[in-house]
Formats: sequence, C-alpha cells, structure tokens
Amino acid sequence: MSGNGMANVERAQPVLTARAAGLVGCAECGHVYPLGTEACTVCGTRLVSRDMTSLQRVWAWLFAGMIVYIPANVYPMLRTTTFGKTSESTIVGGVFELMEHGSYGIAFIVFFASVVIPVSKFIAIAYLGWRVQRGKPGTTSHFHLYEIVEFIGRWSMIDVFVVAILSALVQLNFVASIHPGIAAVSFALSVAFTMISANSFDPRLIWDAPEGKPV
Amino acid sequence: MAYHIRMTDSLSEMIACPKCDALHRVPQVDIGAQASCVRCGTVLVAPREGAMTRIVMLSMTALILMVAAVFFPFLELSTHGLGRKSSVFDAILAFSDGLMLPLSFAVAALIVVLPITRFLALIYVFAPMALGWAPARHARSVFKLAEHIRPWAMAEVFIIGVAVALVKVAGLAQVTLGPAFWAFVGLVIITVLKDNFMCRVTVWQTLNARSPS
Repeated sequence: MSGNGMANVERAQPVLTARAAGLVGCAECGHVYPLGTEACTVCGTRLVSRDMTSLQRVWAWLFAGMIVYIPANVYPMLRTTTFGKTSESTIVGGVFELMEHGSYGIAFIVFFASVVIPVSKFIAIAYLGWRVQRGKPGTTSHFHLYEIVEFIGRWSMIDVFVVAILSALVQLNFVASIHPGIAAVSFALSVAFTMISANSFDPRLIWDAPEGKPV
Repeated sequence: MAYHIRMTDSLSEMIACPKCDALHRVPQVDIGAQASCVRCGTVLVAPREGAMTRIVMLSMTALILMVAAVFFPFLELSTHGLGRKSSVFDAILAFSDGLMLPLSFAVAALIVVLPITRFLALIYVFAPMALGWAPARHARSVFKLAEHIRPWAMAEVFIIGVAVALVKVAGLAQVTLGPAFWAFVGLVIITVLKDNFMCRVTVWQTLNARSPS
C-alpha cells in the first residue's frame, strides 16, 4: 500500500499501541520487541515503553529556563556607544527602538522570537506536563502542540545571534560601537534549557489513558 | 489494509510509531511516496530515489560552503570614512571578553561546529552505502549522534539573525554583503534540501537491512 491518503482511512478505529499489545517500540527507530527487552538490536537505544523519568527532567529544565529568563529581561542585552554617549537596551527596549525607527516588521520578528515564543513555550510545556501528570489522555491537537514547541524553540536564538553580529560588526572606535550585555548569556541559557526540556518529553506519554482503561 | 495487525505477523514486520506508540505493519511504499502514522501523522516510511547519494553530495557541498562562510569576509560596514570587515569568526569572538567567554563557545558550536559535525557524520554513514558497500563501522552510533545534534545545528537561525542585525545597522552606516554571506545562504538552502531527503525510520531500516549480522 502506498500514498498519503490512506493515513486517514482508519482514524475512527481505536488504535492498538505497542504497549497494549504487550510489546515495546524503540523510540528512535520504531522496531518492536517483546515487553521487557533491554535494548534495541537495530540502533542500540535502551528500550522503555514509557519514559517515566522524562517528566522530572521536563519540569527541572523548564523551571531552570524560566528562572534565567528573568535576568534576560531585566539586564541590558546591548550596550551602544555613539560619539561618546553610552546607552543600554533590554530585549523589550530594543523592540521599542526598532519601532521608533519605523522597522515594524523587524520589531515584530524580534518581539516574537524573544518574548512571544519563549513565554508560550513555558506555558505549553507546563500545560502538557500537567496533563500527563494528571493522567489525562491527550488528542492529536495536544500532540501538535508538542510538535510546534519542539520545532519552534531553536528560533528564539535569533536575538543572541543578532547581538553577536552587531557586536562584531559595529566596532568603529569613537563613532559607534556595540557591546553585548550580560542578558545575552541568560537569554541563551533560557533558550537552551527550554529546548532540553522539550526534548526530554516522551511524546508517547501525551496519548496515554490512566492505568486500567483501554488505550 | 496494510496497517492492520494480525496475530500471525512477526515482530520484524511491525513498527511502532516513535511518537505515539501506535502499532503498524511495515507498509510497502513506492519510491517517492510516504506512509504516515494513522494516529499522529508522523512520517514512518518515505523512500526516495537515490536519497543516499543526494544526502552525501549535499553534505559535501555544505562542508565546502561552510569553510568559505567562516573565513571569507561576511559583512562590511562603513560610515564617516571608517570601515570594518567582519567574518563569521568575528561574530563568534564577539562574546570573548571576560564573563561572556562561554557564550562565545556556545555560538561557535551552534553555527559552525555542530553543523560541520553533522555533515561529517552523515557523509560517514551514507557514503559507503551510496557506493553499495556495507555500512561503515559504528555507522549506527554515528547516525544516532547526527540525529541528536539536529536541533542544535542552527545555521538557518543565524541567517535570520543576520537579516535582523542588518536592518538594525542600516540607518547607522553603509553595509555591504561579503562572499561569505552568500556562502552561508547557500549552506542553509542545502541543509533544508538535505533534511527533506531523510526519513529517520527509513534510514534505520536500510542500515539494519544492509548490515552484516
């Protein structure tokens, strides 16, 4: 059988999971083994039907990411010196500066990448983690939320790169020079921690019904 | 339907979706078509014509472009008779004073070291197979490494960062794009093309089928 169309054919029927069939699937390559098998013979990954330690790691990295996101917003991201005058700007301050210059598109990209994405990621991961913790079986839309979070996280790094490029480029002695602020470090850490948090999530947990109910 | 599980199926004929654990029979898929998980839509099998050869070619191209992108001048800024050329290397060193040194290492890893590692790993895994040989030693662990690096190789994010930075300085001074900028743009396009040819589960099946056991 082939083609894209057939994926939808059996959606209405209850899905048989590997765990319900007494099997364990490899999270890396999808090969199937009897439940209790130690490691995948194809790719060498350790086999777990559901990674129950995954939630602990998700929460830990998420909180770490949220904590370092605070100094990232409080301290300056950029220190600009023009003709001897020094000004400092934070993430949100930088967005306002761009708007004053009339670059609304770029201001939107920066605001989206450095504020909207990180904050929505915190909320989305916490929401998914909370659902799994409560044993609420998820649907396709919860899984899509997870996929979006996993996909979009790395794009928040934009602002760190902008600071790096500006600091490298704008070094014109007295006329103008730009130096990175300490917020760049905490912002980069925040993005990295939230990425690790999202990567630690075992997406198979999203679908599960509580013990005893048919899956 | 091909997806139905029968009690007579052996384990090697089944596949569990890595994302939602739904059990499927390994579907027979024509070259160029793809089969997705019935529950979550994750692509399970997607064979492509000459996929391995293309991945190897694209990775090699990307490696060459990366060398150009790092060492050629990237952007040039001029105002009030003062000029400054900077390369990707300078962008990495931007954080190199004092407290921020670790960030310099991180930026170097994200935009240069990890992408290069990933290209080399993919060449190592796919080149022997593209030539019709058995997979190289440790090909499996190397491919696993390449897949783990994937979210951390941020060349395309860097390019968008460059665009934002350009707009920010546009009012301040005249900016000229250097050859390295175009090398980096090419690199990003190649990376996206290459990742389109790769389906993780298909690669594992091929690696498994071609390995002498």
